[in-house]
Amino acid sequence: MQYTLLIILLPLLSFIVLGLMDSKLKPKVAGAIGVSVLGIITLLSYISAFEYFYLHKIEGVYEKLVPLHIEWIRFNEFLHIDLGILLDPISIMMLVVITTVSLMVNIYSLEYMKGEKGFQRYYAFLSLFTFSMLGLVVATNIFQMYIFWELVGVSSYLLIGFYYTKPSAVAASKKAFIVTRFADLGFLIGILFLSFYTKTFDFNILNSGDASIFASTAGVSFMGISVMSWTMGLIFIGGAGKSAMFPLHIWLPDAMEGPTPVSALIHAATMVVAGVFLVARLFPVYHTYAPDVLHVIAYIGAFTSLFAAVIACVQTDIKRVLAFSTISQIGFMMVGLGVSGIGGHEGHEGLGYMASMFHLFTHAMFKALLFLGAGSVIHAVHSNEMNHMGGLRKYMPITNITFLIACLAIAGIFPFSGFFSKDEILAATFQFSPYLGATMSFIAGLTAFYMFRLYFNIFWGKEHKHEHTPHESPFTMAFPLVFLAAVTVVAGFLPFGKLVTADRSEYIIHLDPIVATVSIIIAVLSITLAALMYMKEKETPKQLATTFSGIFKMASNRFYIDEVYIFITKKIIFNLVSTPIAWFDRNVIDATINNIGVVTQWTSHKTKRFQSGQVQQYAYVFLVGTLIIAAIMLFV
Amino acid sequence: MAYSSFLQMNEEFSLLIVMISLLVFDIFATEKSMRYFQPLALVLFTLHTVINCIPRDAFEVAGGMFHYVPMQTYVKTILNIGTLIILLQAHQYLNDEANRIKKGEFYFLTLSTLLGMYFMISAGNFLMFFIGLETASIPMSTLVAFNKTDHKAAEAGAKYILSAVFASSISLFGMSLIYGTTGTLYFNEIATVFTGTSLQMMAFVFFVVGLFFKISLVPFHLWTPDVYEGSQTNITSYLSVISKGAAVFVLFTLLVKVFPKIITEWQHILYGLAVLSITVANLFAIRQQNLKRFLAFSSISQAGYILLAIISGTALGMASLVYFVLVYMFSNLAVFGVLSVIEQRTKKVLMSDYNGLYQTNPKLSIVMMIALFSLAGIPPFAGFFSKFFIFSAAVQQGFYVLVFIALLNTIISLFYYLLVIKAMFIDVNDAPIEKLESDFPAKISFVICTLGILIVGLISSFYNQIAVFSFGI
Repeated sequence: MQYTLLIILLPLLSFIVLGLMDSKLKPKVAGAIGVSVLGIITLLSYISAFEYFYLHKIEGVYEKLVPLHIEWIRFNEFLHIDLGILLDPISIMMLVVITTVSLMVNIYSLEYMKGEKGFQRYYAFLSLFTFSMLGLVVATNIFQMYIFWELVGVSSYLLIGFYYTKPSAVAASKKAFIVTRFADLGFLIGILFLSFYTKTFDFNILNSGDASIFASTAGVSFMGISVMSWTMGLIFIGGAGKSAMFPLHIWLPDAMEGPTPVSALIHAATMVVAGVFLVARLFPVYHTYAPDVLHVIAYIGAFTSLFAAVIACVQTDIKRVLAFSTISQIGFMMVGLGVSGIGGHEGHEGLGYMASMFHLFTHAMFKALLFLGAGSVIHAVHSNEMNHMGGLRKYMPITNITFLIACLAIAGIFPFSGFFSKDEILAATFQFSPYLGATMSFIAGLTAFYMFRLYFNIFWGKEHKHEHTPHESPFTMAFPLVFLAAVTVVAGFLPFGKLVTADRSEYIIHLDPIVATVSIIIAVLSITLAALMYMKEKETPKQLATTFSGIFKMASNRFYIDEVYIFITKKIIFNLVSTPIAWFDRNVIDATINNIGVVTQWTSHKTKRFQSGQVQQYAYVFLVGTLIIAAIMLFV
Repeated sequence: MAYSSFLQMNEEFSLLIVMISLLVFDIFATEKSMRYFQPLALVLFTLHTVINCIPRDAFEVAGGMFHYVPMQTYVKTILNIGTLIILLQAHQYLNDEANRIKKGEFYFLTLSTLLGMYFMISAGNFLMFFIGLETASIPMSTLVAFNKTDHKAAEAGAKYILSAVFASSISLFGMSLIYGTTGTLYFNEIATVFTGTSLQMMAFVFFVVGLFFKISLVPFHLWTPDVYEGSQTNITSYLSVISKGAAVFVLFTLLVKVFPKIITEWQHILYGLAVLSITVANLFAIRQQNLKRFLAFSSISQAGYILLAIISGTALGMASLVYFVLVYMFSNLAVFGVLSVIEQRTKKVLMSDYNGLYQTNPKLSIVMMIALFSLAGIPPFAGFFSKFFIFSAAVQQGFYVLVFIALLNTIISLFYYLLVIKAMFIDVNDAPIEKLESDFPAKISFVICTLGILIVGLISSFYNQIAVFSFGI
């Protein structure tokens, strides 16, 4: 399957072409390049998915294929940084997700970004992002993953700050970059620990189940916690940064400053699930050597999910509601992984892993749809604020229907895709701990509530006065909506258990009837509640807000987490750490370097006589030099 | 004696054939057909480079006078590519009205020096080595004085030949002492009997300073700036890259092959010279206004860095040395190429002339910037990796202080390389150099150099390939 290399390289090529062309191309041509490259690689990744799932199964277990492997930098016999392509069920699944969503976003942007300054730059950055994300998921080793991980961070930074003349966009891009970079520090230290003890970066070796690789970690611990827990915990911090887990979630809502299609691609479907992917990629290691970390991941996921869902209930900016909803849903995926085991088809140990990957897949589709739908609404009314909308269902029928489908999917209504994947996560969670299961069911209810609050506020309720009548989006924007909606409707019936599982062997899904019924009832109740409150203009929401003004205010202000960060950085770190370091830097390090300069200049001036231009003097110095060396050799 | 064994000297014979064909063509060609001289020369030389780039098994010719090991193929190929780039850059110069009739000479002389270096590199005996050395340096002095009517060039030629003869004579004196104390001139035989008595030590020092002269280490460097400044720019680049590259390789092999018993002694010498060369050259480079003199000092300090690879005396050192020379060649030739394009058309070589170059000639400025960054050792350009490998070779043998001094000096060197970049990109100029159009061959040379700087560092197979043969030295 060598052609998978093309899937990775074509977006790079289109980035180079678009990037080097220096805005000389007509916007249409630039867009056509972006879309056609994405079209080709989407097709290629579908072909590769078919080929892989049909042909590369041996005795019921999917193979791990490495169609490309280059040793890049060699440190010693064991440790070398490689570049390559690793194909297994999760990377194939990610290829499909990334190329599909990216293609949709590329098509959608043709219209959405029309007439923007830097249209070509936008497409170049989209290609760069797609390339980096694809390189990340097919990485054969953790170091390659780290390289692409950072590239993804850079391209996300560039895209969030696309409107670089807008101060809030610049601030948001910096915030996203710094927060995730800070988390990546943990990731890097984790990688160094891991490679120090195991002498390898390679995923296939790490995941091979060979206990001798981890032999040197036995009995090593620091502060009472085993070294493998430290390592895998640190690696998870990197994942938590990218996937916006509490308390590193603060960058994601601000990242909504970027163009909306970018939010759909990066901050809903692909980059933010990189952390989930990372845990899934190293799942065997987590499961065997750091099960405690896995449980911590489950609890962090559950807490983040709850926390974000509560905030989402009171936000008024529609993109921010979607951002918090994304954080909450990624929490679901993390919980799924955290409670999972490997294999054991009778006891359903591997259910969580499978469900988490399934949810990743379905969520990518319907969340991209929600964002693109929101973009379509924003395009029509030129505002992000809910109270500038209302009653739009008459003007935008396609957006209305597709948005509704996505809302039903995320709320978990049968037969939409979210129902299946979320229910499996809930079933796995109940198996692990009934309390956690109940919490997650409650969050699922909240999800249904805030999504329908959003839906009714946009498309129903009192009509807001518009400067000009809102209109349905043109075909290039409507097509991605319809396509993604179609995927959302049918994706639930994919035989996911046969395709992507923890031990790569087939897994038969049984829906737990009790869990399914209960969660549908909760979802329907929440939707009804939302309908009662928001379908018609009513006083109830305002009354509730005044009654519970304390919690309402805290949730509106996102529980002041940003303020806590600012307090810690500005008051504590800047004053106690940065100021002394700055003094040291200025007065010791800079001064030393400057003095090297001064001394150099001075000596340089003093010694210029040696370069007189007289060849006899040159010979003289030559001879004296020779004699001095000889004398030193002979007598010293 | 089997004469057919001579035929194994592929590289030398093929170069000789190129030279003689060009000479014959030059003599018999009509005025009109001389147009085809340069294309023919470039094609022949490229062909020669390509057919000789695959390493073969080691062999000896003439009872060990000529001793081939696979690594030499890489070194010779690097020299070939460098020479090719220089020939491309000199294309325009040789087409000038004044130099048109001297085309043939230029090629013949350049390739003669290259042939001399081939023999020097593959020598297995001091006589062969000396013949190679002289074959390389006598045509070199004529090349330095190639613009013979130009006062500065003539002066540079005289200085070069006088200094070279002086160095050769001291070196020859050392060789005679070596012969006197060991009774042989064969490298492998000397290695076994050379124990480092007082007389032998003196012989060694006298001999080795000849090579130090070639590499222009402090204090044997004083000729360098004057000669670099006086000679035509393409010749200067030839001196600073090809001639130097061959000499450092020979120095390494000689020290390791012939004088392994006095390794601690020569390590001491190299230690001192490395510190001196890097530091003194950096000090002088800062003050230079003439860019050719500036590059002369920069190349002296680069030579000092190369000593860090030689001082290790290990296979890693060998690999890092050859790699360094490869990268240094691309970077330095890119800088010299820009210099020569500008000098040819405007006669300007001062740093202040380059103020605001980016405004008028962005492409040339960017090539120059990339090359200077590479020389300064800034990632991700190849120069970073080559310095990295050299430092790791020295650290591996425990030369921590030396590496620290070298690192300090990289700061200074960064400062003066940035001076040029600042001039080009930041400083304003009322009358900057007008917009120039480089000729096609020069453009090709820039593409080769830039690609080299960008790719050789990032694609590790270059280094790994070199490292494969470094054990056989």
